[in-house]
Amino acid sequence: MAPFGDDLDPGLLRFSTAGSVDDGKSSLIGRLLYDAKAVPSDRIAALERIARRKGESEIDLSLLMDGLTVEREQGITIDVAYSYFATPQRKFIIADTPGHEQYTRNMVTGASTADAAIILVDALRGITTQTRRHLYLSHLLGVPHLVIAVNKMDLVDFSEAAFDALGQSIGDFARAIGAANHYLVPISAKFGDNVVHGSARMPWYAGKPLLALLETLPPAIVARHAPFRMPVQLVRRVSLPGGEQTRHYLGRLESGRIKAGDEIAVMPAGNLTRVRSVSVFEGPIERAEAGRSVAIEVQDDLDIARGDVFSAPLLPPRTDDHFAATICWFSDEPFDGRGRYVIKCGTRSVAARLAEIEHRVDMATLATEPKPEMLKCNDIARVRIELAEKMAFDAYGDNRAMGAFIVIDADTNATVAAGMIARAGGDAAPDALNYDVGL
Amino acid sequence: MDSSDLPPPPGFDPASPALPPARHLDNLESEAIYILRETAAEFSNPVLLFSGGKDSTILLRLAEKAFRPGKFPFPLLHVDTGQNFPEVIAFRDHIAAQLGERLIVRMVQDSIDRGRIRLKSKDQSRNALQSVTLLDAIAEFEFDACIGGARRDEEKARAKERIFSFRNSFGQWDPRHQRPELWSLYNGRLDKGEHMRVFPLSNWTEIDVWRYIQREKLALPPLYYAHERPVAVRGSMLLPISEFVPLRENEEIETRVVRFRTVGDISCTSPVESNAATVEDVIAETLIASLSERGATRLDDQASEASMEERKRAGYF
Ligand SMILES: Nc1nc2c(ncn2[C@@H]2O[C@H](COP(=O)(O)OP(=O)(O)O)[C@@H](O)[C@H]2O)c(=O)[nH]1
Repeated sequence: MAPFGDDLDPGLLRFSTAGSVDDGKSSLIGRLLYDAKAVPSDRIAALERIARRKGESEIDLSLLMDGLTVEREQGITIDVAYSYFATPQRKFIIADTPGHEQYTRNMVTGASTADAAIILVDALRGITTQTRRHLYLSHLLGVPHLVIAVNKMDLVDFSEAAFDALGQSIGDFARAIGAANHYLVPISAKFGDNVVHGSARMPWYAGKPLLALLETLPPAIVARHAPFRMPVQLVRRVSLPGGEQTRHYLGRLESGRIKAGDEIAVMPAGNLTRVRSVSVFEGPIERAEAGRSVAIEVQDDLDIARGDVFSAPLLPPRTDDHFAATICWFSDEPFDGRGRYVIKCGTRSVAARLAEIEHRVDMATLATEPKPEMLKCNDIARVRIELAEKMAFDAYGDNRAMGAFIVIDADTNATVAAGMIARAGGDAAPDALNYDVGL
Repeated sequence: MDSSDLPPPPGFDPASPALPPARHLDNLESEAIYILRETAAEFSNPVLLFSGGKDSTILLRLAEKAFRPGKFPFPLLHVDTGQNFPEVIAFRDHIAAQLGERLIVRMVQDSIDRGRIRLKSKDQSRNALQSVTLLDAIAEFEFDACIGGARRDEEKARAKERIFSFRNSFGQWDPRHQRPELWSLYNGRLDKGEHMRVFPLSNWTEIDVWRYIQREKLALPPLYYAHERPVAVRGSMLLPISEFVPLRENEEIETRVVRFRTVGDISCTSPVESNAATVEDVIAETLIASLSERGATRLDDQASEASMEERKRAGYF
């Protein structure tokens, strides 16, 4: 079995795509799939028939994503649609979020699992309110790699100066929200420049074409270097071959690594114990790293249940019965401070109260509005949450898996919000915008 | 100079189809194990739908990975249309016995006999009727979660299906009001009578499935590999010869070397010509296969003019 943590094999990359209508998102995805030879020939044949019917010489690649458009016409809200392709380097999962009305909500959903976000900018139109919003949300969701694809370079004569000017203002904005690292790629989705193949028309661009970039983005190694966390999913009593009874704590390492003999803290109780064994189906393993699903035995007979978190004892998570967080409200029912909720964070579900709305972020201007009375669908806000009992968690900025939560309406069982826990005392960078966005 | 004159990026071979490296199988496996364990934890009475097909065979291996050395925290359920390939049924029973897990079988015929289903015609495909029998079984055993092997890449409609996909008390899916699904935080809360469909293989593609079968050395029903079989040709499709597949006039029986890419109900599963006799052969063939899985093998989709028409309009082919 291939070992986890092999840096030479980049494995899977999940990316989300975002862009305003007509920036060329469908064309880009179509071009990517087509040039990467990931389109079944029967679909290409069908596109060729359409082109012939319309008397066009080239197939319209944006139609590859057209299934979604029709469903939209039929009134079915497509929030997030997933598609898949692979190259010899890597398997890709695209989370495409075509919804317009539910824009924020859908983008937050798509970005929540993304390793990279591709944000399209139309070279001719330049940065728009939408571009800023995409950057803001992708950064807020902690997407590890932001890739800004400046599309329709053919319409600005493949001009380096035009690209640089755009890059400058994107850079200014990104820095202001604290999203320092991003890639800029000048492309033409329509003609294929710098999508899969390089572009002879932009010799001044020294970087990689988009696909090569996506193929080589490092997997989120952050999780492996962060302190050990394993939320317990399930406790099972099992009989070993010798007839001995033992308890297996089943879960996935969300960060760090673990091996037999390591001391761990069981949070939120804080009890210390040692790992007796780490095993998978094939048998005991020497060590496990972030991303792996394992079974752990511990040395002491402790009261450990689903929702507890095995943690590095010297760098444990916070434990508290309240925290500040940024949430995105999803429900059509506005949030007004009433209502009973359950929070699911990691593998723990806890009754919760949304105690206070500290401020709301205006998604058009990204300015903050203090203490609004209620939240509507798609609102982004900083809130204070109180829990019925103590729970172990980290700030989202430090540990995505340990700081993300969903809010479930206890009466309807609907998922009404998603949230990201803020650092203790501090305000996470993206919430406090001191930047004139010039709108 | 056209951009296509440029040398391709290193490592990219446009002449040979893409075969990604193996590590992503570890990612997919770990995600599926996580989903199975969440299902066991969040529901009081889950069940795993096992048909003997390749996707549900993979689910069983993943369940072993998730729960061994313990027993599975759920039984297996097969809804049998009564028109399955005998090899598949034999395989189903063999695997369940080998695993030592409980297999529940419910027959579509029983639903017909009890008047729950009225056939429009004797030859009607039973594939679509399975859902009635499944819902009856869910009610009978009070299952609150059904783990299935469906994948998002199988068809466009599935591309937006959740991993935990809510069903109301009528067993219906409402694509308009799905629960948002973020990170790996699955909302499993239900009221009585409602249930969840759980799809651990959501992010797998057909080639992932075959490579996993190869890696795990999983046994499959022999139908998946090349064999000689009497068939009839209808349009671009081959029909397996069976009492459940009535032939039309002028359709003649001939013997071809074929394999099946899916092994559902006989009346709506058609083989493809192939010499792929081993899992390696199938992988090689799948890589160059240019037809999407459903397009090539589902008789029932093709039969419906409406679905054809709709698909055309949708740009889905
Ligand atoms: N000139 C030029 N037009 C483009 C390019 N990419 C997309 N377009 C055109 O822009 C329009 C919108 O593209 P589409 O992919 O449908 O945009 P979407 O709404 O973002 O999915 C279509 O007419 C495309 O042909 C490009 O690189 N150059």
